[in-house]
Amino acid sequence: MILIKQVAIFLGLWLLGELISFYTHLPLSGSIIGMLLLVVALEFKLIKTRDVKEVADFLLNNMALFFIPAGVGLMCHYHVLSQEWLPISIAIVVSALLVMTVVGLIMKKRS
Amino acid sequence: MKELINSPLVHVCLTLIVFILSKKLQKRYKSPLLNPILITVSVVILFLLFTDTSYADYERNTQVISFWLAPSVVALGYALYSFLEEIKADFRKIVLSMLAGSLTGIISVFMTAYLFGASKVTMISLAPKSVTMPIAIEVSKEMGGIPSLTVAFVIIVGVLGAIFGQTYLSLIGVNDPKSVGLSLGATSHALGAASISERGPDFSAFGGLGMALNGVVTAIFAPWVIKFLLLLLY
Repeated sequence: MILIKQVAIFLGLWLLGELISFYTHLPLSGSIIGMLLLVVALEFKLIKTRDVKEVADFLLNNMALFFIPAGVGLMCHYHVLSQEWLPISIAIVVSALLVMTVVGLIMKKRS
Repeated sequence: MKELINSPLVHVCLTLIVFILSKKLQKRYKSPLLNPILITVSVVILFLLFTDTSYADYERNTQVISFWLAPSVVALGYALYSFLEEIKADFRKIVLSMLAGSLTGIISVFMTAYLFGASKVTMISLAPKSVTMPIAIEVSKEMGGIPSLTVAFVIIVGVLGAIFGQTYLSLIGVNDPKSVGLSLGATSHALGAASISERGPDFSAFGGLGMALNGVVTAIFAPWVIKFLLLLLY
């Protein structure tokens, strides 16, 4: 029963996020709005940690599994990858190095 | 037999079993190259090709798995909340570095891909590449990218950061737990955070924080940045 209640809280926040996304036309998906709602609700004690803990841990620990179906969709994009592998690889390496440099140096400089 | 092979039961079972086995494999050999997602996705694709099953069938059959993606994004709010005190203590610096890192990530990957002749949809799919997977998928979907392509990019960035990140950071003189954790988490999400866990719990905690914050900042800003860049370029 506890788990069902916790699942209902997560699905409820997701649904609320979807409704907000639909009516406000924000370019944010319902689940991301739901995430922000959860932070606010926990901070203002509208939802207690113990009301979400078990299911939150379950979802966070198994996150990798949930995007496998999306990853398998890669099989439909073989042509994009084989045609554009060069710009893709360069862009990923350049960008990863830049992000590490920017975050690392800002944190280091001011600490 | 054909009906059984192309059923939710078989596809879900296959996905779960391969995923569990590949997790065990990674635990045993501790190589970041043995990424469970990478392995499971490859094995499932081979299985689908071998049994002549379309992705549309597999996607429909495994909705019971992918359904939980969105609730797990909501659950990131719980992880973020548990870091709230640490964020408050160092608020300005952390926010500044995450804003700069997120914008750098989106703009640099987008522009570099554009300069080297990538197509528009590839550029959009690349934009959220540094972010934790569920958020990246949501951003990609929202902006008209290809979510499954984004998934591949997210894994590539994660594996790259996990293998070369620490070496590069010490090369530019970044060695303290806060800076290393935040920059690797912001660059390579969970894989980056996991790669520094042996250096101490504070390293991976800040890795998790970097992942969560970069995820939130990117989720909020990426759609506007992408829209602006598209207007500028096309």
